[in-house]
Amino acid sequence: MEAAGLPAALELAAGGGAGLSPEKRAALGASLPLLRRDYRFEAVWFWGCVRGVRGAYYIAQGLGTDRAAPRSRLYSLDCVEWSLLTPLTKEVEAQAEKLKGRFQGDPSFQYEYAEVNAEDAERLLEDGKEPVIKEEDRLIATIDQIDRAVGIIPRGAFVKTPLGSVHENRNFEGLSLMEAKKLSSYFHFTEPVNLKNKTLLEKANWDPSTDFLDSLEHDIPQAFSSTGLIKAVRQARGCCWDALQDGGCVQHMRQEAIFKHHQRGPEVSSPSCYLCCDGGVKRAVGTSGLRGPEK
Amino acid sequence: MEQASYEHQVAEVSFSQRYAEGQDSHQAQEANQSMNQSKALGFDPYQTQEPRSAYQTYGVGQEHYQAYEDGHGPYQPHEPGYGLYQPGYSPYDDQIPDPEARMLAIQNAKAYLLTSSTTSGLNLYDHLANTLTKILDEQPTNAVDIIENISKDVKWAQFQKKMDTLRDEPAMLPTFESAERRKTLFLKAYEEGDEELEEKIGETPLPNVMETAFYFEQAGIGLSKDEYYHIFLALKKLISAQPIQTCRFWGKILGLEMNYIIAEVQFQEGAEEEETEEEEVTDEGEKRMGEVEDEDEEKEEEEPPKSTYKPPPVIPKEENGTGANKYVYFVCNEPGKPWVKLPPVTPAHIVCARKIKKFFTGRLDAPIVSFPPFPGTEANYLRAQIARISAGTHVCPIGFYRFAEEEGDEDEEGGGGRDTYEENPDFQPLSVAEMVESLSTWVHYVPSILEQGRCVWINPLQKSEEEEEGEEEEEKDEEPDELQQEIGPPLLTPLSEDEGIQNIPAWTAQPSTNLIPQYAVAILHSNRWPGAYAFASGMKFNNIYFGWGHKYSPENHTPALPGPVQKEYPDGPEITEATDPAVEEELAFKAAKEKALAAAEKKNRRVMKRKT
Repeated sequence: MEAAGLPAALELAAGGGAGLSPEKRAALGASLPLLRRDYRFEAVWFWGCVRGVRGAYYIAQGLGTDRAAPRSRLYSLDCVEWSLLTPLTKEVEAQAEKLKGRFQGDPSFQYEYAEVNAEDAERLLEDGKEPVIKEEDRLIATIDQIDRAVGIIPRGAFVKTPLGSVHENRNFEGLSLMEAKKLSSYFHFTEPVNLKNKTLLEKANWDPSTDFLDSLEHDIPQAFSSTGLIKAVRQARGCCWDALQDGGCVQHMRQEAIFKHHQRGPEVSSPSCYLCCDGGVKRAVGTSGLRGPEK
Repeated sequence: MEQASYEHQVAEVSFSQRYAEGQDSHQAQEANQSMNQSKALGFDPYQTQEPRSAYQTYGVGQEHYQAYEDGHGPYQPHEPGYGLYQPGYSPYDDQIPDPEARMLAIQNAKAYLLTSSTTSGLNLYDHLANTLTKILDEQPTNAVDIIENISKDVKWAQFQKKMDTLRDEPAMLPTFESAERRKTLFLKAYEEGDEELEEKIGETPLPNVMETAFYFEQAGIGLSKDEYYHIFLALKKLISAQPIQTCRFWGKILGLEMNYIIAEVQFQEGAEEEETEEEEVTDEGEKRMGEVEDEDEEKEEEEPPKSTYKPPPVIPKEENGTGANKYVYFVCNEPGKPWVKLPPVTPAHIVCARKIKKFFTGRLDAPIVSFPPFPGTEANYLRAQIARISAGTHVCPIGFYRFAEEEGDEDEEGGGGRDTYEENPDFQPLSVAEMVESLSTWVHYVPSILEQGRCVWINPLQKSEEEEEGEEEEEKDEEPDELQQEIGPPLLTPLSEDEGIQNIPAWTAQPSTNLIPQYAVAILHSNRWPGAYAFASGMKFNNIYFGWGHKYSPENHTPALPGPVQKEYPDGPEITEATDPAVEEELAFKAAKEKALAAAEKKNRRVMKRKT
């Protein structure tokens, strides 16, 4: 969420019990604008926090003009000093997926790879690399996974220009009540996977400037459930950011994207789209053996 | 008003050049048209804007096209508008420059713009007028970037006005309903008993929710202040409705469709008896029904053989007010909605709840479809999870509670643990640093639940002796297996004894802030039940739960598989079917048998004769 709208957004996102202490909130209000200045970002979004056993990581994202471009991610242990995270590589992703259990809270902590998979460890040793995974790498991979699974935006909030870059739609006034109840009015804010597979009938009604992402409707299993209306604010709660395949637990997680209603009348409030994620992780759900949406 | 953002130097040149041609008194351009012509922003150096208001003329498009014949900035083949502006190919090349004919052309153009659309009844002239009016009224920045959206909005606005006369707007109802519910919380009910209430303000069972909220907020845990206040008022309503002695905000459990707000309550002493009476009445009614059915069965003469299967004895639930049922829980989905009392928890519920992991939907009557099958609805599952969480995570600073001094407790059967505790008047709070440093400064004050599903172990077979007296002697021969008495950790054990999961300790202790240690609050996060928190600051402490209601497991949950398929009776010759022998075969068999018998007799007679 935007640094400017952070306090208001936190109030709305607090339904699940996770929030920020006044100290952290104040610290963010001071350090996020400085981040923006130092790294020359167009916008800085506070992504959320990942709680480890001994400490928590606070994550921020810096964006350029094109909101869909790969983002720079930064982490901090105290919301004051921020460090840039390296972009994700496939090897790191593959290694991190095999890890289970919670984060420790110490970025230099090294997971013994040998515990996880002895064969792989031997192979790595032969290659000359050490069979360890640093917690920082695991953090990068986890954040990426969470974003891919539950990073959502309301339809119409972003527009794609013919040049291919994606901008915030300044004409977006929020979703109307009926639209907000449907899962089809929300999109995954990642590279679209299913767009080409849609039938022509479905594609006929699309507006290429706003319908350029995967909608939430056809996710299997249904990763989101719309929860009740509270004060004309719709909370779409991502309940199971899954992982029935591998563990990688940190803490139970849910993601809330909050959108304000389209209200006609004197109470029209500025449109905002937030992304707040708490304690990244994969929650095991024992209902069925279906695979998660991204696999 | 000048929208001069696009004035390039090149534009100036082209402007003068156009005038040099002497033919076009190029007045204005529609912002609309300019967008249509080149979508690439900023590419087109010809998007000049008139210094004059854009209102003046609308229908002067044709001269605009002619301007491009200068050959300025030839469009590349990949740019939109490539074909349009080649000299000699623009659609208005054959314009007659004669003034009268030009007036006619203008009129024709205007008439064209005024033609109504066959599908929507709008016409382009009015629409463009409305759009530009709206733009000039609102004056957004970079209007050219959002012109299509503005145009769309203008069209939508037209529609809405027409529909207003036909139907109302019911769209806001759900919001209004929830607002109504919340408003009722704020209304002060003027009842007769108000005077008494005012006198007893000091003894109210209402917990100070806002104070708890403040302490947890220091650690970044909790709901928004608004929600807390609503919960506060809802608890107040609960207390005025039910005869409650102590009340506490237990926490919030999230669900897929709705959430649960849970209050932990202890009834006043008289009130509980009424409820237990009701339950007993229903039990007796059921027993009578069972007896009637038995009599009916005995009347039947031919009964199939009774199965020798004895289901495992049902472990009785704990009495209300003790063990896992010490507190009564009320839940509601939202503050403002009526509070619903959860039924007491039975050991069967707890044992099954340990094996399954289901999200809560938010509806108390939702069935739980699982394996092993859960004996109850979501209300029972919720109650079981609440019991487990309370038993696992309710902690207090050491010394806050102490055992009541009673003699003879240890001699009782059933574990010998001390069950009752009371507040310690001599409690000396430890400093925050000490509370955070070691986990032995915290203790559990809720008894843990044994494997059996109860807090106090009971031998299920002993109790059924009374029932066995009436049964036949045969069944008494089977000796019951000796069950080992289960012993759990005693009450008031420090947290350092808690087992962790894999390498993770069961609890994480942190001060709420490192920057201001003088006023920090000691916070505990539970790692076994993610979402359970506790704080301690001086004389105050509290526990709370915000989460999904499940235990932490590093592995994914795999539901138990159903048991193996029961084996059929083994095939053997005694049950294999064979065709019945034919009559001749039977007769032949008989004859052979008689022959054999006769032969044997003869043999015997010979033997007998020899002997004699």
